[in-house]
Amino acid sequence: MSFLVGENMTGGYGNADILHDCTIGVEKGEIAVIVGPNGAGKSTAMKAVFGMLNLRKGRVLLDGEDVTALAPQARVAKGMSFVPQVRNIFTSMTVQENLEMGGFIREDELSGTIEQIYDLFPVLKEKRRQPAGELSGGQRQQVAVGRALMTNPKVLMLDEPTAGVSPIVMDELFDRIIEIARTGISILMVEQNAKQALEIADKGYVLVQGENRFTDTGPALIADDEVRKTFLGG
Amino acid sequence: MSSTLRNTLLFLVMGLLLLADAYFHSWNSALYILNLCLISAIMALGVNIQWGYAGLINFGVMGFIALGGTAAVFISSDPVYAAWAAGGAGILVSGVFLVATIVAAVYVRKLVDKENKGLRIFATAAVVVVGYFVTRYFYDPAVLAIEAVDSSATGFLGGLGLPILFSWIGGALFAAGAAWLIGKVALGLREDYLAIATLGISEILVTIMRNEDWLTRGVKNVVGLPRPVPYEVDLRDAAWFINLSERFSVSPSDFASIFVKLCYSGLFVVVLLLVLLLAELALKSPWGRTMRAVRDNETAAEAMGKDVKRIHLKVFILGSAVIGLAGAMLTTMDGQFTPGAYQPLRFTFLIWVMVIAGGSGNNWGAVLGGFLILFFWMEAEPIGVALLDQLTSGLSDDSPIRQHLTDNAQQMRLVMMGLLLLIVMRFRPSGLIPEKGAERR
Amino acid sequence: MENLLNAFILLVNYIVIPATAYGCQLAIGALGATLIFAVLRFSNFAHGELMSFGAMITVLATWALQSAGISIAPLSTALLALPVGIIGAVAMTLLTDRWVYRYYRRQRSHNVIFMIVSIGVMFFMAGLIRFIIGPDDQNFDDGVRFLINAREFRQWTGLEEGLAIRSSQAITLVITIICVAALFWFLERTRTGKSMRAFADNEDLALLSGINPERVVAIAWIIAAALATIAGTLYGMDKSYKPFVFQQLLLPIFASAIVGGFGSPIGAVAGGFIIAFSEVIVTYAYKKFFTYILPEQLAPDGLLQLLATEYKFAVSFIILVLVLLIKPTGIFGGRSS
Repeated sequence: MSFLVGENMTGGYGNADILHDCTIGVEKGEIAVIVGPNGAGKSTAMKAVFGMLNLRKGRVLLDGEDVTALAPQARVAKGMSFVPQVRNIFTSMTVQENLEMGGFIREDELSGTIEQIYDLFPVLKEKRRQPAGELSGGQRQQVAVGRALMTNPKVLMLDEPTAGVSPIVMDELFDRIIEIARTGISILMVEQNAKQALEIADKGYVLVQGENRFTDTGPALIADDEVRKTFLGG
Repeated sequence: MSSTLRNTLLFLVMGLLLLADAYFHSWNSALYILNLCLISAIMALGVNIQWGYAGLINFGVMGFIALGGTAAVFISSDPVYAAWAAGGAGILVSGVFLVATIVAAVYVRKLVDKENKGLRIFATAAVVVVGYFVTRYFYDPAVLAIEAVDSSATGFLGGLGLPILFSWIGGALFAAGAAWLIGKVALGLREDYLAIATLGISEILVTIMRNEDWLTRGVKNVVGLPRPVPYEVDLRDAAWFINLSERFSVSPSDFASIFVKLCYSGLFVVVLLLVLLLAELALKSPWGRTMRAVRDNETAAEAMGKDVKRIHLKVFILGSAVIGLAGAMLTTMDGQFTPGAYQPLRFTFLIWVMVIAGGSGNNWGAVLGGFLILFFWMEAEPIGVALLDQLTSGLSDDSPIRQHLTDNAQQMRLVMMGLLLLIVMRFRPSGLIPEKGAERR
Repeated sequence: MENLLNAFILLVNYIVIPATAYGCQLAIGALGATLIFAVLRFSNFAHGELMSFGAMITVLATWALQSAGISIAPLSTALLALPVGIIGAVAMTLLTDRWVYRYYRRQRSHNVIFMIVSIGVMFFMAGLIRFIIGPDDQNFDDGVRFLINAREFRQWTGLEEGLAIRSSQAITLVITIICVAALFWFLERTRTGKSMRAFADNEDLALLSGINPERVVAIAWIIAAALATIAGTLYGMDKSYKPFVFQQLLLPIFASAIVGGFGSPIGAVAGGFIIAFSEVIVTYAYKKFFTYILPEQLAPDGLLQLLATEYKFAVSFIILVLVLLIKPTGIFGGRSS
């Protein structure tokens, strides 16, 4: 049994189902990556795990506990944290304030966690008094990830964290994500840059039309001829 | 119950309400309210064309109504030749300079490169400042001269001295022209800014009417505008009229005022039916469908190659013209132009309550809303006074509390309108007669 | 030299002082409107009436205190009554939110619907106010009228021009500084204030961060009601309390908020002063001023007034319309959608 798992999820927005009997999971301290062609329901699967859409069938388990009925906010309190693809920072607030807002539900002192995040993303410490909206694309993603880490989550979910950033920044971000996973936080992410993401993935899910097509370790998927030809562009 | 039957019943109820007023008060009062209802219905139709058809928010209704009113003055009051002789030339010259200033400012902005922001602002400002002072140089003495001409009776340029019925067309054209100007600059704004901007523009218009005495006599009002219908005094002396009133066994003097109001009602009904017919035809035409498509999904309509801006501008002009027409009718019925009477609560927001309560997007709904809301607006005062009189009947007549409450009872109509709007918005947002086959936001 | 001094005092007395007081009133009013816009995302057309309502409760409380013989002379009794007015206005906003706006929030209605609904609230409050206190002028300021009066000033300085500062004007300035400082401290330094800014900035992310939207909305209403009451009362002390005026004040307040950037608190304050100073500068007659500074033979005959005083409010509408057309996001870049 995985640490976080969405089992046999079926559902969508309105009447049309986007997900069909789809299963996504991640182990403690590991990285799971969801890849697939456009419109495969990758982001939808992630949102389903986080409770942002109603499931008709299936359930979501966090550390063995059924959280299917919980609202996203309640899942945050349970230790899940989510970084949306867009509009994922408070642009008018400073970097430091973004982090403080990330830890809003915590009653204890935040400064320790903030320092940890500054250690992880040193550039944010430099820019902590700057409005987050003024930062570069890569730095903004760092703020977004930092904000999500402020709740001390057990699972961090990232929706296309490298969308629109340069390859160098992408590598840098992936390095940080590996570092986060090493601290024992499970990572579940959707990625457009499938090959690079699978390289760091302990587990990879290839979704097609809302269904699981291939599921294996990241390197095994890269090595698979069919996956490579069809989804990784040769 | 079919919707046609239900709607017919609603209008029947409205008719009964008016009859009840005739029974409890007088025919005179009922007809007066009926005439105001007819005018309000046309105003509501105008707003419905803009909001109901196209989703445009015009909070400048009062401004267009007032423009209709000024049209009545400009077209029907007699020209004051002495005033024209005294300052007409000066006003015309200053007008020319005003237009020249605007043209020059626009031209300068075109001429100076966009890159050079500082120079552009400076050049525009310089043109405006110079133009302002040159205009004032001709304008000030002209205004003084005009306002000095027999200031207690005229003191303004007067109008064209034409029959006042022409002003109904004039009012529509006036409002349409203003709507074209306003629409050109303001329609690109998002909804709430358009609302605030139109509210602001209408306030500016009314402020000008209140203060430019040479043009509209300002708060001195223009009274004694000519009528499209006979005068009571003339009727009372006419032999045929005396005969007629004997046949109904009413005194000629009572019958005269009823007769005059009936004449107005006849005229207004004709106009209302005409506007309603045109509005219905427009709504059902391909053009009307396009408009609703634009309202419901602007992006999709734009993607289909519809020129949304043009469509919005057209509908804004049309709706405003209808409002201007109604404004001219109102001033005609009053027989006087009183710029001080234009208040946004009564002439903008009340019209909006009519449209929303009646049913946005449905012309019959707007008409019913116009009738119903105006009826209650007029009746709320006597009802409120009577109600509070009853409620406080336990208190002695000279009790200050009773005194205060009955004095301010008329204010209850504002409370009532607010509650009505809130209740409709909450429980029946599509109004009494909803738009056919449409789910509104 | 003395002429120059006279000219300077003239401007201070007739432009700077009245425009500052009026600017303060607009700024506080606009702060409330901008806060509601930032958090609830609609233009609250009932804000003028909210100012009126709070001020009315303050006036009633002032009368009660006066008849009970309680006073804090030489200061106005109204200052003592202000908290009562604030409580009244807060109750009003929380109840209207509970009974009116919350429903549309849950429906996630379009901001146009909120706006139309706020007109219903405006009608309701306007009627209620006029029903309770009547439509007429009410005087309630009983403090010392002048801090500096013109005659004494002339005696002290020997100048021809007098300088008068009414105590209501001084009080307005002091209270405004306190309010603005307190509000900015709240928004910038406290957790709740920051959560409010976060909610205004990005509602979805604020929800993901565990910020309770109902709490943020309630606090926004409370602050807006308090500010509205203060603005309305200060305006009433400076001029007089008159229900009709607040209907007219709504547009200058929107103008102030939009000029600075709707949704931006600092913009609302700046906008308030821009509007107030423009109104006063444009409608002031400069004849006397130029008589002082120009040689006698050049002395002007006309009033030298750019616009007649009756156009005072129109100036703010013109600025409003111009800003909407040229730069709708305002000087400090408010929210654009």
